[in-house]
Amino acid sequence: MTSNSPRPGTQAAKISVQAVTKTFSLGRQTFTALDQVSLDIADNEFVTVVGPSGCGKSTLLNILAGLEEPTEGRAIVDGTPVSGPGPERGVIFQQYALFPWLTVRKNVEFGLRTARVPRAQRRERAEYFIRMVGLEDFADALPKMLSGGMRQRCAIARAYAVNPSILLMDEPFGALDALTRVKLQEQLLDTWSKEQRTVMFITHDVDEAVFLANRVVVMAARPGRIYDVIDVDLPYPRSEEFRLSPEFAALRNRVWHSVYHQDGTTPSSPPSPSLTTA
Amino acid sequence: MAVITEPAAHTGRDNRLASSQTRRGRPRGLPLALNAVSIALGIGVWWALAALGVKVPQPTEVVSRAWDLLADGTLENDILVSLGRVLAGFVLGTAAAIPIGFLMGWYGVVRGLVEPWIQFFRTIPPLAIIPLAIVLMGIDEAPKIFVIFLAAFLACVISTFQGVVSVDRTLINAARVLGTRDAGIFARVVVPASTPFILVGMRVGLGSAWATLVAAELIAAQQGLGYRMQNAQLYYDLPTIFVGLISIGILGLLMDRVLLVAERRLTGWQERR
Repeated sequence: MTSNSPRPGTQAAKISVQAVTKTFSLGRQTFTALDQVSLDIADNEFVTVVGPSGCGKSTLLNILAGLEEPTEGRAIVDGTPVSGPGPERGVIFQQYALFPWLTVRKNVEFGLRTARVPRAQRRERAEYFIRMVGLEDFADALPKMLSGGMRQRCAIARAYAVNPSILLMDEPFGALDALTRVKLQEQLLDTWSKEQRTVMFITHDVDEAVFLANRVVVMAARPGRIYDVIDVDLPYPRSEEFRLSPEFAALRNRVWHSVYHQDGTTPSSPPSPSLTTA
Repeated sequence: MAVITEPAAHTGRDNRLASSQTRRGRPRGLPLALNAVSIALGIGVWWALAALGVKVPQPTEVVSRAWDLLADGTLENDILVSLGRVLAGFVLGTAAAIPIGFLMGWYGVVRGLVEPWIQFFRTIPPLAIIPLAIVLMGIDEAPKIFVIFLAAFLACVISTFQGVVSVDRTLINAARVLGTRDAGIFARVVVPASTPFILVGMRVGLGSAWATLVAAELIAAQQGLGYRMQNAQLYYDLPTIFVGLISIGILGLLMDRVLLVAERRLTGWQERR
């Protein structure tokens, strides 16, 4: 069942995580957040990472973002080892991280100003991505006036605006209600189909992981490691029909088992969805 | 002038959209009316006390004394002198406090070097510095402005430092992943994020600057509101003391209002509970 590196070290991989180990010291104890994790992600692939809390999935994302350094091993993006953050790797945080003193438009323009894009061009690009996420009526609103879903859409537009080739999303819909989450998942796939990027999407929601991904990476905790990789060989665009299809249900059950029964104590029958709480 | 800070008025420049309507919902006139009633009641109580024989001057006596002092130019001059001292000390104090607070928050080395001195001086009331300042600097403007400077500086430097330290880590990361480097993060994230703290520090600093001013003038001055009251005390001149007190109160309140307006304009983006 365990296959650590599903598509081993091809040079063509967009993202290549090579034997990354990350340890933290908590007082006198050493805590292994990631233990020898290897993973390749192809160009324009949509990979979701799901696992119990403490499995190091956010640490893995932060290492790729350049916000944390691996203790051992290395993360390679476009053939170059990651050393620090960069605009080619957009990050979307669970807490939105919008600049509260800037309007939606100025938030989206933030990275463009950093890149010294001329004013007119900046406006135009921001306008395009604000429209893409459907916030054109709120372009001059401050974040405090937006709902959670709108804030996250603004953060997605901000990440897209600097034209990253990779999007790293850290439980972006985790703080939203179920209805908004479903809507944003569909919008995200819609956006992704128009503006193809390589996506690594962290989540703790099995449905979300299967619905979005080309490939679901299941992680295990203590120490954090890749436990299973499940291909989702089903075509996009995906909509409600897909969500309710038997193929989706079958995959969902597989991922569910992989996430919730990692000790090898596999139950005789798959858990019923109505009984489950994630 | 509304003395109560009504949350209904907390609408910044850009709040044209969405939820701003619900916030505006409360009637604005009510707090103002309540303020007016409260002030009228206060004066009424004062009048009653004076009429009952408590040793305070009648409000009319105070008003006519204020009129006399205005007519011969004493009050205007005292106000100008006192305001000048407060503003000089306050401006110098905040001008020094803001950069030092930022440096302390941003560089651990600066913090380590400066913090013990600030913590030490903070435990000494600025008034306790006055004797030393007078001995070292004479009885001119210098010692008075210096203690006011110290009071404003200490209040403002601590809150600026707190502001920088408490900038949300996620916001800094968000700027970093958009390609922003240290200088840009400082100017475009740390400065705006700590503005609310700085403005609170300035308001506190202004309050302690006023408090210090009067005490400084009580001890060594030839003009100013504090001096005028001290002088009146020698002659048992209660109306003049009241004129001084009320002037100080009104001036302090006006200056605080100015800062409050600045605060609302600059920090209207904050989510308030």
